[in-house]
Amino acid sequence: MSIPNDSLNESYSLNVNGTLREVRDAWLGESLLYVLRERLGLPGAKGACEQGECGSCTVIMDDRAVCSCLVMAASATESRILTVESLGENGRLSDVQQAFLDAGGVQCGFCTPGFIVAVHHLLDQNSDPDDEQIKEALSGNICRCTGYGRILDAVKVAARGRRDGVGS
Amino acid sequence: MDHLLELLADHDDASVLAGGTDLMVEVNLHGRRPGTVIPVGGLEEMREWNHRPRSNSVTIGAALPYSDMERGPLAELLPALAQAARTVGSPQIRAAGTIGGNLGTCSPAGDILPVLAALDATIHVLHRDHSRDIRFADFMTGVKRNCLTPGEVVHSVTVPLTRGWQGYAKVGTRNAMVISTASACLVHDAEEGHVALALGAVAPTIVRAVKAEAWLSRQVDLRGTFRVSPETAHEFGLRAASETSPITDHRSTAEYRRHAVSVLARRLLERSAS
Repeated sequence: MSIPNDSLNESYSLNVNGTLREVRDAWLGESLLYVLRERLGLPGAKGACEQGECGSCTVIMDDRAVCSCLVMAASATESRILTVESLGENGRLSDVQQAFLDAGGVQCGFCTPGFIVAVHHLLDQNSDPDDEQIKEALSGNICRCTGYGRILDAVKVAARGRRDGVGS
Repeated sequence: MDHLLELLADHDDASVLAGGTDLMVEVNLHGRRPGTVIPVGGLEEMREWNHRPRSNSVTIGAALPYSDMERGPLAELLPALAQAARTVGSPQIRAAGTIGGNLGTCSPAGDILPVLAALDATIHVLHRDHSRDIRFADFMTGVKRNCLTPGEVVHSVTVPLTRGWQGYAKVGTRNAMVISTASACLVHDAEEGHVALALGAVAPTIVRAVKAEAWLSRQVDLRGTFRVSPETAHEFGLRAASETSPITDHRSTAEYRRHAVSVLARRLLERSAS
């Protein structure tokens, strides 16, 4: 597949949160972040640095946590994309979201969706991470409010819940 | 792969898109409007790596992400590559960025490049009408320049396996999420009795400190395990730094880079000696 740049009204589809979503009349250089937010009505992933430094746009793509701002959306037609909107079920918070609330890991909230996705990705691979592993896994997510202490607490609360068989 | 090479030959102004961690920054922040974009990340044969015991080497697909080099069997075979991969950006960046992207961009601060220089890597380049194998030393020709010609793509990289310690170190303004201010990779070949040292972000291309390497070989018998005195390690660092030509820019000064890279070279040599 090649992506010509001269057309502003291309259409393609993306597998987002288990559903095939049509993207119409798009410029093919658009980032996945832009397409999610502006074309598919999924504003959970946040746009801040647009250069992969802040992690607020983190999504899961083919079982990898990536910055959606650095994914050319039109190149992701073969990928399975999961956003923060997919994590809770039936309007209920996910275990990680609840843990962030319980531990006070949310202040202004802008970075939170990126953290939530990154923590889900971590705990899906390792439900008993130590402090170093948590810090390493979250080193690509920047929070300017909390100082990270309560975010670390939240991850431990969620991890404990999973080990005890609570939540998912 | 054939289809990809056809496309590349037909669109010789095309940008090859691997992990997107360089190209999309250009698009998002610098208004770059690439002509034609050809994504290679979905090609399975470019995302594989293979250990070839007969030639005692490892071949790594250009679209293999850094996160696959950080741990597991590849990391055990090539610890310096694993260490360098682990210093790239954040987990999200390492899940996307690739060795082929590092070679395509060819920044002097590219974290994988000193490893490829120290290991004398061979770059396998494909075109619809030909293929060529290029030593890394000949591949990188300047700041963000390489010898690829239109229609060519980096397919894979082969590095020899050596017996002996190898490691990578870098200096930046913080411990994570940082572009190198100076970097170094040292590979000890215990059978050949040689230490290779490659330095990054201290010259327009990656520097192999060949004079310091030769000097060290005259000071110390490097076959098998070896020891170095603090004085020898210190002088090795200074000699290596004198082979660089760093600049002052927004990330650091020439003086600091020269000092930092001498410290990195000294530390790596001390770690390799036991």
